[in-house]
Amino acid sequence: MKIWIEKQTALIDFTLASLARRKVKNFGLLLVYMLIVFLLASVMLYTSALRREAAQVLKNSPEVIVQRMVAGRHDLIPPGYLERLGRIRGVQKKEGRLWGYYYDAVVKANYTFMVPTAGAVAAGKVADGKIVVGAAVARERGLVPGNLISFRSYSGRQFSFAVADVLPHEAELVSADLLLLSEADYRAFFQIPAGHYTDIALSVANPQEVRNIAAKLAETLPDSRPILREEVLRTYESIFNWREGIVLVLLSGSILAFAIFAWEKASGLSAEEKREIGILKAIGWETGDVLKMKFWEGALISLTAFLLGYIAAYLHVFRFSAALFEPVLKGWAVLYPRFELVPAVDGFQVATLFFFTVFPYTVATIVPIWRAAITDPDAVMRS
Amino acid sequence: MIKLTNIRKAYNQGRENEFWALDGINLEIEAQRVTALCGPSGSGKTTLLTIVGCLARPTSGRVHLKERDISGLPERFLTEIRRSTFGFVFQQFNLIKGLSARDNVMLPAYPLGGDWRALHDRAETLLDSLKLGHRRDARVEWLSGGEQQRVAIARAMINDPQVVIADEPTANLDTALSREFLAILENLKEQGKTILLTSHDPLVIESTVVDTVVNLRDGRLVRGA
Amino acid sequence: MLSRNSHRALVFLTFILVAFLLTFADAASQRTSRSAALAANARLVERLGLTDLCLFTEARYTRHPSQADLHSAFQDHPIGLEHFPSGSLLPPPRSLAASYENLDRKTNRPD
Repeated sequence: MKIWIEKQTALIDFTLASLARRKVKNFGLLLVYMLIVFLLASVMLYTSALRREAAQVLKNSPEVIVQRMVAGRHDLIPPGYLERLGRIRGVQKKEGRLWGYYYDAVVKANYTFMVPTAGAVAAGKVADGKIVVGAAVARERGLVPGNLISFRSYSGRQFSFAVADVLPHEAELVSADLLLLSEADYRAFFQIPAGHYTDIALSVANPQEVRNIAAKLAETLPDSRPILREEVLRTYESIFNWREGIVLVLLSGSILAFAIFAWEKASGLSAEEKREIGILKAIGWETGDVLKMKFWEGALISLTAFLLGYIAAYLHVFRFSAALFEPVLKGWAVLYPRFELVPAVDGFQVATLFFFTVFPYTVATIVPIWRAAITDPDAVMRS
Repeated sequence: MIKLTNIRKAYNQGRENEFWALDGINLEIEAQRVTALCGPSGSGKTTLLTIVGCLARPTSGRVHLKERDISGLPERFLTEIRRSTFGFVFQQFNLIKGLSARDNVMLPAYPLGGDWRALHDRAETLLDSLKLGHRRDARVEWLSGGEQQRVAIARAMINDPQVVIADEPTANLDTALSREFLAILENLKEQGKTILLTSHDPLVIESTVVDTVVNLRDGRLVRGA
Repeated sequence: MLSRNSHRALVFLTFILVAFLLTFADAASQRTSRSAALAANARLVERLGLTDLCLFTEARYTRHPSQADLHSAFQDHPIGLEHFPSGSLLPPPRSLAASYENLDRKTNRPD
């Protein structure tokens, strides 16, 4: 055992000494390699944490939302629908919801105006003329509780509201653009007559009945579309799926870069390297020793690149709020939530990343050497 | 020490450019002596060296190393014998560029897995004894030809071999350096090493250090030339 | 001890390996320390009846992808190119395809 360790450390010594001969080239290689791992790991950590967080947070969203469709568009629920729904068995609670979008020309941002259900917000916070705003809205408009703010409604009238409260920063991921206002204010602002709603939220007594209820809904109200909670959750399961643009671009870019890398390695065995292998064999190294030495080269480089790249990605995503992704995620939106994801690291994914970055590189280092190392040891004398 | 029986060696056997480099060599190399193989280029000297040094196997014939027939052994065993029994000094020195003199000297011992510290000290002692102690950390390509050869000699000695094999050792040296080499040779002989070298340099062949001169021509021995 | 390259390399590797393992410990500790905030968010979602993450606010179908109506995810044409970059991060909700089938089956007469 001791001999084995001594031998491997000696081989590592040699491989490090020969790497050190082309410092700039090898260091650059390591850097590129690290960058690839960093990008892939960042995307991986970010998306899995976001998906996990979505699943955890949205597990409490309404069980069924009923929308009304008119000519392929989401339309207001007319009076009478709520009553007709009441006749479906298994529906425990039904509630007309009021929410909609408002474009704020001052900062060129979209807000979501919403009427909270009774008891959802502390009493007195959302009353007529009083609103509660999301943290990003407050940041964008420089609002603190007690401020007055006015919006020009789509009908042309000016409405003034007093900011009663700002939703906590920790909740930005779900509430950054919210503006909670009273029902009377909402109806006046958007000119929606009483009895009309944006959609209807249902809660169901027996969760296993959800699908049956959705089927009955479609029968009772043929122009309605039920959206089940599981569909909501599934929407977020597939966010940043590997097929999605950015992820695909990153992935294919990295794989291509890696292929170039490996190809350069595999075909770029220089005459100098071949000569060195010949010398090593002539002075008493076995083919296996040469391969082990090269294995250590590949393993050291790829392991270092993987570990450093992964650590950098972890810090980037969970300590620096994935700052490099922000411009992409923001898109054209002015209002962007600032959130720190709670780390959710999937061991299997890390193992997959490890396998797909460390393994091919090590193989790409060894294979061409193996071809050169099986030459006769006397070649060096004949040249 | 080493006994060669009816050694023949062909290159490109069975092809049109088939060429017999050695054609029936019978030779005995005595222990603790200096034997010089002498002959024009193409006479088969170097091929004979590679066969004695276990770098290559003969096409036919037997090689005995201390009564043991080694001509039929698989490569793995040959490597082991080569490592423990022979030390090589190549014509072009064949040092690994970019590494220090000491690293080059230590190379043959790496696969053995011995104690590194002891190996390190042994390499330095060897370099010191060859008056290269001050250059031990220099990269080999910065050394002069004579210095490079001494590094190559130190490398050949690192595993304490019984036999030292040198291929045209003075081909790249001037007269003064060649004489220095002969002095080192004398020293190695006193230490009890068996030395086998090829040369067509009269300085070497006529030197008193060399005990036996074997003449080769066209792959055959030339007796009494 | 540290005179050899191999020892230096192994110490360095051990060091970054420990750092690598520490990220898992850090993840676990952050999960515990922030579980309260996460639970608070889940409660907020329940109280307000929220359905979506506030990730992309540029259009209604990116702000509330799960609530998007049948055609908004494709805007004007089913294979129309996406205008917003978020479209490349988020696929159209899978439930939409199913709804199309639904509409199809409901048609009694051919067009």
